[in-house]
Amino acid sequence: MSIELGLPTVGPGQGLRGVPTLDAGQALTRKQFVADNEVRWCPGCGDYAVLAAVQGFLPDLGLRRENIVFVSGIGCSSRFPYYLDTYGVHSIHGRAPTFATGLAVARPDLNVWVVTGDGDALSIGAGHLLHTLRRNLNVTILLFNNRIYGLTKGQYSPTSETGKITKSTPAGSVDGPFNPVSMALGAEATFVARTLDSDRAHLTQVLKAAAEHRGTALVEIYQNCPIFNDGAFDVLKDRDEATARLVRLQAGEPVRFGGTDGDANVVVARADGGGVEVVSRDVAAATGREPVVHDPAADDPSAAFALSRLDDTAMGHVPVGIFRSVDRPVYDDLVRSQVDGAVSAAGGPADDAAFTALLTGSDTWTVD
Amino acid sequence: MATTTPLDHVVIRFAGDSGDGMQLTGDRFTAETAALGNDLATLPNFPAEIRAPAGTLPGVSSFQLQFADHEVLTPGDDPDVLVVMNPAALKANLRDLPHGGTVIADSDSFTKRNLSKVGYASSPLEDGSLDAYRLHSVPLTSMTVTALAELGLGRKDAERSTNMFALGLLSWLYSRPTDGTRRFLESKFAAKPQILAANLRALEAGWAYGETTEVFTVRYEVAPAPSRSGTFRNITGNTALAYGLAVAAHTSDLPLVLGSYPITPASDILHTLSGLKRFGVTTLQAEDEIAGIGAALGAAYGGALGVTTTSGPGLSLKAEMLGLGVMLELPLILVDVQRGGPSTGLPTKTEQADLLQAMFGRHGEAPLPIVAASTPGDCFDAAREAVRIAVTYMTPVILLSDGYLANGSEPWPIPDVASLPRVKVRFAHADDVPAEEKFRPYSRNPGTLARPWAVPGTAGLEHRIGGLEKADGTGEISYDADNHDRMVRLRQAKVDGVDVPDLDVDDPWSCDPKGADLLVLGWGSTYGPISAAVRKARASGLRVARAHLTHLNPFPANTGDVLRAYPRVLVPEMNLGQLALLLRAKYLVDVMSRTTVRGQPFSSGDLEHAISEAVTHAPPRTTARGFGPDTSTQEAHA
Repeated sequence: MSIELGLPTVGPGQGLRGVPTLDAGQALTRKQFVADNEVRWCPGCGDYAVLAAVQGFLPDLGLRRENIVFVSGIGCSSRFPYYLDTYGVHSIHGRAPTFATGLAVARPDLNVWVVTGDGDALSIGAGHLLHTLRRNLNVTILLFNNRIYGLTKGQYSPTSETGKITKSTPAGSVDGPFNPVSMALGAEATFVARTLDSDRAHLTQVLKAAAEHRGTALVEIYQNCPIFNDGAFDVLKDRDEATARLVRLQAGEPVRFGGTDGDANVVVARADGGGVEVVSRDVAAATGREPVVHDPAADDPSAAFALSRLDDTAMGHVPVGIFRSVDRPVYDDLVRSQVDGAVSAAGGPADDAAFTALLTGSDTWTVD
Repeated sequence: MATTTPLDHVVIRFAGDSGDGMQLTGDRFTAETAALGNDLATLPNFPAEIRAPAGTLPGVSSFQLQFADHEVLTPGDDPDVLVVMNPAALKANLRDLPHGGTVIADSDSFTKRNLSKVGYASSPLEDGSLDAYRLHSVPLTSMTVTALAELGLGRKDAERSTNMFALGLLSWLYSRPTDGTRRFLESKFAAKPQILAANLRALEAGWAYGETTEVFTVRYEVAPAPSRSGTFRNITGNTALAYGLAVAAHTSDLPLVLGSYPITPASDILHTLSGLKRFGVTTLQAEDEIAGIGAALGAAYGGALGVTTTSGPGLSLKAEMLGLGVMLELPLILVDVQRGGPSTGLPTKTEQADLLQAMFGRHGEAPLPIVAASTPGDCFDAAREAVRIAVTYMTPVILLSDGYLANGSEPWPIPDVASLPRVKVRFAHADDVPAEEKFRPYSRNPGTLARPWAVPGTAGLEHRIGGLEKADGTGEISYDADNHDRMVRLRQAKVDGVDVPDLDVDDPWSCDPKGADLLVLGWGSTYGPISAAVRKARASGLRVARAHLTHLNPFPANTGDVLRAYPRVLVPEMNLGQLALLLRAKYLVDVMSRTTVRGQPFSSGDLEHAISEAVTHAPPRTTARGFGPDTSTQEAHA
């Protein structure tokens, strides 16, 4: 049996609906989001760049600072909340999504963020991440992916390339890595994006879209660990290499990249079976194959999933940008609408008499 | 015409296959009995398998109740009457029936096939093996089928109403009114008129069979129990506990958010609360036990009453999050409906073996208050007490129930919610912080040592908290040795300082210079069996005092004095002596432990025997110094 739920509104820009905004004419500055705790990441850590971008972009949301909450798990990235002068909770390993679930359900007036890493989100907390995506809770998840365990001093992570030699895998790791974007799309996440710590403009643009999405927004951020996995993303930071490898996804645009005009290669549908592949512009033209046009709003996640498979740990081609952004009913909205609906159908909050009637039930006897 | 004989109490056990509807039959007989004004207590007992193979021993489900014209404390040790729907039910339950007891058996089900399934070579209904009992071999199934012949049901469907025939017969035999059951059936099968007709007709046919045949020459009556005046209902522990939580949220003006993962025998609390949306209750069925408590703690951080419900295995999984709750110092209720362990253990049976897990089952020094319910109805009060402590002291609280309380039921005086005490909750406000000063999230109320509840959305109180050690007052991260030492002791002092009422001792000899010879001290669901056993022991002339702990952490302040006041202390528990261990460690009193771990509550007969043995054979402790406060004695832990 199922029932019609009477769905609350979803739609573009609805992510922050219900969160109090600043009064007209008021504005916050970057500095007002900087907590006075000393930042204790290693020198050169990619987390600094992400923190600076977030501190710089939060004022743009126009929200009241006290209505923003950052929840994190455990790991280097999970120290993030300490450095932002908002509300923040540094919870336990892998469980930040669970904490955020209770908080977001209880408080529709909060803008809730989850900050996590590849170990926190994809190892110990992988189950919670999947269920959060499945439910479409209204939170924005920043997944810092440095492909290594930093805080425990350098063991391989679930995104490390196979064969990774680390302290715990002196002969090389034997398990295959997760592609976090593929995983999120497989869980039917409604918003999935990838960006890089080193590209401030792209990072900010993606974060803003994620924050404004109503539902779970997962943003994978490639982030360099200078101590235990230095240079993991160097090929994407060298200008020439980046040009040859980064596939910048733009809604409504053909997917192409490389060369001075960004169109040396195109992504086309595979001739044999599903998926997409990269071919040179010239080959495509000669064989009459049209580049796929990126549609993050497509209801079916298959095309976005195919794009996510262009990527591998060797980073030959790395799609970045918004893979998917669709509207689907939001878990916390639905939970609240059932309760609010029941309360208003009964004529308002239950008073003492209503509670006494509940306790009384229908089968009673009286002794004089 | 049968003659009617008055009885002061009766214990009936209905037993059959899981699919025979014994729990429903028991529930309805209970409701009829409650409506008549008898005092009662019930004990459902069912297998972990939803439907074990029909007719086998593992598939036997039973429901026992005791009803009386006086106060009833337990569902009874041994049944007076055993109603069995098949040979498996007879085999599984006969050993509990004292000689001379009554067996009512559905003779139709004693077929060759059913007999051989449980290893009977011949039918015990016919081979004389039940000669020591009063046997009524009644073709319940075929009479039901005959009674429903005109309704045009298939034989299988008709047979399904056999339990109502049995209920009708037992209702006649014990002079129970059936109006309530009729109303119940009419509402349950409103949409299925044919099934409704079948059930009603079977019920009537069972009654008529008793009334018109000569099989039962005596009919019984149990007069209403004189009880306190007021309006009563029958209530199970799980229902009372769920209602207690909902009412506690209401009387403390907090929205209730439950994060829970289904687990036997706690799931009915989730079910009940999920039906209370109209009362502002939010329930989340989480993906696992950890997510359940995580959501509850997140909701608590947001200013709701966060609750999570589970059983022993779930408590283990939630342990790390409880540690975070202790560190964050947020109010949180964890309900553990204990069952037989370890591991999957005996999921549908009762045990009290999670006390030490509740007390110590975390990493680091992570103290938290523990409250234990003692009867099904007491689950309502225990839940409210747990909430009072959690929000007053800003701490997670573990509320212990168990399978016996969860599914057992008793008459319950319905409270008037308007007359219940209110719990005042105050959220921190920016005005609390002096101008030019920073908010100190780990400042403390000097009386309770509670920190402020500063919820997001409060301007001026933005702060960061987490699982890392906090600097005293400021709540900043601190790895300082002195600070950690201070914070560990502060968290302990806060829990130690929780205001709990003194332990109340039921001691008729408190003013007698010779005093009582023995104190029986229990906790949790042993309340009923202990009280019944003590009553019997006193009736046989023994001088026995009795006390029951609701608060397991901290213990009532007078606990040490009470223990030291008696020459012998007996502690019965459904574990291997966990409370006894705590009492010995904390108070250096050599208490005697009496334990059972059979998945069933203590029998009051066994306990009476243990009491008599203790009084007769155990030497008194020479250090006992008579009842009464003695300020010269320091607590062992001080």
